[in-house]
Amino acid sequence: MAQIEDERFAGGPDENEIVREIGSDYAEKYGFHVGDTPEDYFFKSGRGLSHELVEMISEHKKEPEWMRKFRHSSLDYFLARPLPSWGGDVSGIDFENIYYYIKPTEKQAESWDDLPADIKDTWDKLGIPEAEKKYLAGVGAQYESEVVYHKVQEELAKQGVIFLDMDSGLREHEELVKQYFGTIIPQNDNKFAALNSAVWSGGSFIYVPKGVKIELPLQAYFRINAENMGQFERTLIIVDEGAQVHYVEGCTAPIYSSDSLHSAVVEIIVHKGGRCRYTTIQNWSTNVYNLVTKRAIAYEDAIMEWVDGNLGSKLTMKYPAIWLMGPRAHGEVLSIAFAGAGQHQDAGGKCVHVAPETSSVITSKSISKNGGRAGYRGLLQVAKGAKNAKSKVVCDALILDEDSRSDTYPYIQIDEDEVDIGHEASVSKIGEEQLFYLMSRGLSEAEASAMVVSGFVEPITKELPLEYAIEMNRLIELQMEGSVG
Amino acid sequence: MVLLELKNLHVSLEDGTEIVKGVDLAVDTNEVHAIMGPNGSGKSTLSYAIAGHPAYEVTDGEILLDGRDITEAGADERAQQGLFLAFQYPQAIPGVRVTEFLRTAINAVRKARAGEEDPVPVKEFREELFKQMDRLKVSRELASRYLNDGFSGGEKKRVEILQMAMLKPRMAVLDETDSGLDIDALKVVAGGVRELVSPQMGALVITHYKRILNYIQPDRVHVFVDGKIVESGGPELADKLEEFGYEQWGAHENGNGASPKEEGDD
Repeated sequence: MAQIEDERFAGGPDENEIVREIGSDYAEKYGFHVGDTPEDYFFKSGRGLSHELVEMISEHKKEPEWMRKFRHSSLDYFLARPLPSWGGDVSGIDFENIYYYIKPTEKQAESWDDLPADIKDTWDKLGIPEAEKKYLAGVGAQYESEVVYHKVQEELAKQGVIFLDMDSGLREHEELVKQYFGTIIPQNDNKFAALNSAVWSGGSFIYVPKGVKIELPLQAYFRINAENMGQFERTLIIVDEGAQVHYVEGCTAPIYSSDSLHSAVVEIIVHKGGRCRYTTIQNWSTNVYNLVTKRAIAYEDAIMEWVDGNLGSKLTMKYPAIWLMGPRAHGEVLSIAFAGAGQHQDAGGKCVHVAPETSSVITSKSISKNGGRAGYRGLLQVAKGAKNAKSKVVCDALILDEDSRSDTYPYIQIDEDEVDIGHEASVSKIGEEQLFYLMSRGLSEAEASAMVVSGFVEPITKELPLEYAIEMNRLIELQMEGSVG
Repeated sequence: MVLLELKNLHVSLEDGTEIVKGVDLAVDTNEVHAIMGPNGSGKSTLSYAIAGHPAYEVTDGEILLDGRDITEAGADERAQQGLFLAFQYPQAIPGVRVTEFLRTAINAVRKARAGEEDPVPVKEFREELFKQMDRLKVSRELASRYLNDGFSGGEKKRVEILQMAMLKPRMAVLDETDSGLDIDALKVVAGGVRELVSPQMGALVITHYKRILNYIQPDRVHVFVDGKIVESGGPELADKLEEFGYEQWGAHENGNGASPKEEGDD
């Protein structure tokens, strides 16, 4: 099966070249040359997965006993579960050929001055210091699989906000972590959540106390930098009653010569009247398997929003979920998927209405080109007793050529009669007349196509922080330049 | 050197049907020419062919702009060289705001025409945009709306002329710009076109009715029937047409070619 799929997705040499070129400016743009040899790393586990490895990670991190046990039992679950047979083809992942843990520097940096020069150079190229000056409330940077730099503005700390990497969170706030960790996404939820639970490293831990509203987004940057290295970050966000936070996570990645695995777990709890928005732009290089489990629980009058952009990777399987547990809780999932040559984006969203008067909106936009495959896979579920639940699912697909593919799997399960459910789906192509119209104003075919595509995803890009929206449109332009001429 | 020159132009559809059957025309700067013809005479095909629509094939003859042969050039290249087509049915581009679209288009033509690599400064762009919007009585609110998405017929036509004013072409072809406009809008649009025509620019107005010509005042009028220019003359030719109709040239309404779709007034 894998062979067949590979053949179907294989583009011509030109397309491969284009795909390589898309990533080729990352070196100068983001400075990904640093630390490319294993010797540069302080600590790197051997390849492969075993209880010895899990023991070593836990020991190395000096973790409490319960976490050590949690990791071991998670590994058992992982080993016992078969690979999923639905969604995308994951048979190409060679679990024995992955580094599960790398720690690039001995200890965490506390300020810019403490950072190693090469890492600092990378962040300079990413423009972090300037962005920070402007309006970032805090920066958590995951370099390799460990967070090396974290800065929480004094103001946030004064308000009692905790914004740490997950490892520090566990050390400094063990009771709080223990109370919630693995409760939203159980360790045996799915095979990849089990894997993450066994070998997780890094990610963010955020706690926003009652009534504290953080107006500016909290940001973290993630990337994979070593060939064959898995990245298994773990994020836990707790928004207490009436509190508010927007967390933004952006990923960029350099080029790899063999497959890489990214398998994150994100758990979010939004208490009564709280509000959380979690924004992700994922642009992994096109050999990365991106298999992420994201789930949030929203209590009474709480609002949870996932904004999820999937541009890169070889295969993405990601369906941010919201469980609406309390009356009048509201959930939104905004998802964009862009699949180019050799890419399969299996993305979507899930909303589960448990309580009455809950509402949800799922908006999905997918684009496929050059033989890419983009799909929407979603679940809308209304439990018995969730009276007057209201939900709207809109999924639009744009297919740019004959070789590309779009799939829609909108699962709906309604066990309550008094509900208001809407579902709209559309599949379209860029019209020749639209292209001619734009070209008659002086735009090249590639610019015209990029403009139509940017317009198509605009309902989602307008929800992104400005610099992400700009980056998103630039990535679309790059992709479109590759699709024509 | 003539600004726009059509020499023995023949245009066919993809299925081989010939629509434009040998047109010779020369429009110079500071001139407005009108092509008047009944529905289905091939007027829109002529305008699409001049602008470079890929579905209309030039089977014979040539199109020259400023003496350069653009017969084989793409639509983008023609626009960059100074051609502009005001569409009869402008396309909606959902999600793309009018300002964003205009800035991209201006930067594309600036780069091609003047070799300007730097984009137009935002302040300069906004000042010019608002100036032209006010002049053409286009509501400023339209600038932040999605291009032609949900616009009324009249709004679309005004925004076409706004685009023309912003892009400053050498040669403008206006395809039935009068349809869908009420009389006040027509006056504004026609005035806008006339003001732009200058020693740097010429215009070709394609229309079914004389109405728009009362405000644009063409220098030359050409009667277009069944894919050919059958008579040319001064502005008085439009009056003759108004009085006697196209039948005197043997035209029948709804002849060959596609008849335009109906469009509501604003």
